[in-house]
Amino acid sequence: MKFISIDKNDWTRGIDKSREKYQLFGPVKDENGCLIKKLEPDVQPDMGLHESVMSAKSVIFPQTEKILNASLDESIENHHIMQRAKTDYSPRAVLGIRPYDAKAMELVKLNFDTKDFKDPYWCDAYEATVFVGLGITKPGPFDFSTSVGTGPFCEDGLDVLLADLDDTYLAKILSPKGEAYTAACGFNAIVDEKESQALFDILRKEAEKNIVSQVKIDKLKEKTILELHEADFWDDIAFACINCGTCTYVCPTCWCFDIQDETKQKQASRFRNWDTCMSPLFTRHATGHNPRGTKVQRVRQRFMHKLKYFLDKYDQGIMCVGCGRCVKSCPVNIDIREVCHMMNSYEKQD
Amino acid sequence: MENPYIPYPVRIDDIEIATEDKSLKTFKFVFLNKEDEEKFSYHAGQFAELSIPGIGEIPIGIASSPVEKGFVKFTVFRTGVVTSYLHNMKVGDIMGIRGPLGNWYPWDKLENKNVVIIGGGFAFTTLRSSIVYMLDPGNRSKFKTIDVVYGARSPGMLLYREELFEWEKRSDINMHITVDGTDDPDWQYHKGFVPQIVEQNAPKADEDTYAIICGPPIMIKFTQPSLVKLGYKEHQIIMSLENRMKCGIGMCGRCNIGKELVCKDGPVFTLEQINQTPKEY
Repeated sequence: MKFISIDKNDWTRGIDKSREKYQLFGPVKDENGCLIKKLEPDVQPDMGLHESVMSAKSVIFPQTEKILNASLDESIENHHIMQRAKTDYSPRAVLGIRPYDAKAMELVKLNFDTKDFKDPYWCDAYEATVFVGLGITKPGPFDFSTSVGTGPFCEDGLDVLLADLDDTYLAKILSPKGEAYTAACGFNAIVDEKESQALFDILRKEAEKNIVSQVKIDKLKEKTILELHEADFWDDIAFACINCGTCTYVCPTCWCFDIQDETKQKQASRFRNWDTCMSPLFTRHATGHNPRGTKVQRVRQRFMHKLKYFLDKYDQGIMCVGCGRCVKSCPVNIDIREVCHMMNSYEKQD
Repeated sequence: MENPYIPYPVRIDDIEIATEDKSLKTFKFVFLNKEDEEKFSYHAGQFAELSIPGIGEIPIGIASSPVEKGFVKFTVFRTGVVTSYLHNMKVGDIMGIRGPLGNWYPWDKLENKNVVIIGGGFAFTTLRSSIVYMLDPGNRSKFKTIDVVYGARSPGMLLYREELFEWEKRSDINMHITVDGTDDPDWQYHKGFVPQIVEQNAPKADEDTYAIICGPPIMIKFTQPSLVKLGYKEHQIIMSLENRMKCGIGMCGRCNIGKELVCKDGPVFTLEQINQTPKEY
């Protein structure tokens, strides 16, 4: 594995150089706290901002995305025939994200890139993106990433992992995409692999020691879907929920979406928008019948999807990277760690 | 791999009012590009997204049969934004169809079996597709007896009436048509609800008999006990489910029952499978 040392004095110059070939995204502080945004030419990523409210998912999966369009003007050829909307899929790099945000994209890929269908919008954006993570040295109180198999220095799905060494970044190059990106920045001070890996290991262990919350997920697999679905704790969990959907929007692994059409004059467009399983409209039939018409059903759906359905369907762990964003942002303090504990330790009473 | 969100362009070739209250219409579509018709190769029981640019999409069961060539047919109940718009469209209008989507009735498993088809109201579309498929001269010998129990509120609410009465005359299919009630003195078929007609007329189950049910939730709920009385086991009861859908390709996340997605893993499930999932449909 290749390691590069980047002097922080050279950082801005390097990433500015990369803008010739890459669109850049990164953490930016604004009135909403810290979001991962597209960086305009004069904006630099705020690498000190680890507690981004939103994850990096919008770089691949925008909140609103035009997918198709058609002309409704009957005087022109091909009217009413829908075609793919033009979108820029030139190379892009997202800088300074929490390492497990990239792991989250690997989990979401299981949904969008299947043997039967490929979602071309998601796949093209994923293909175009270089993920540059920054190892978390001071994990927050909500972080439970080590319990779910990721962690503050998780490398899965990343192309480059940076470690902050005060005056320099030590960069571990994890893929050809990462190699190409660092080359485009002109970062080329290769350092000793063994020493660098040892340093990474120390930093990782120190960071992991600072993670104070743990969850157990070992028994989720052996329980049946119906057993957990019919468990007696869902009313208690859902009691305070106001169905605001914040948990689903801040979650790096939530991917549910809606499709809506819009017409402006003679131009029809079809959009894909983030949706949330917390909304009654999400599942309401045209007849008014709603299979998840109550709050309890919707809250249960969210946790069952993350912690049981996904696990059973793909056998690649749970649909959660332990970032703790949903815990931090929930206005009524619903805590996935507690729900996970209740599910994992549930024993059916006869 | 092709973009699964782009519909095949089609032209509305014919529109037929399907029920006396005009709440259902049958639309016949022709593909603008001949090769799209080949790509849209389907099995009885599948559905498709009818796609109107600028308005939206709706998932609808395919009412035409794979043995009918040159067109596809859908019978649509007017109920929401897209279906209301569609009901006001006219012959010659251009729109789109995405599909075929979902799985289908298990035709391989049903070979050399007795098949009982049970439908209610306007959930008879994919069942019509299935009956036409089974009665096709090339296919009829693959199945043993075929029974059909189909009920609607009144005679004028039965779909595909002409075909129903033609099938009634045939000897290779046993039709049990019923209505909830009618004041027509010439009505010569059954009167009564589907579950009761099933119990009185459907064949008793042996291991070679399968039932396919499609209808409103209340009919399905009350037909199950009738089938149990006749000896049908959970794996012999095949059902087609509906849930709200958007993408139709298993990605948008709303139509799940447990870990199964109705749009992609379904819409066809056996009762045995359904009994292992949360009943969120």
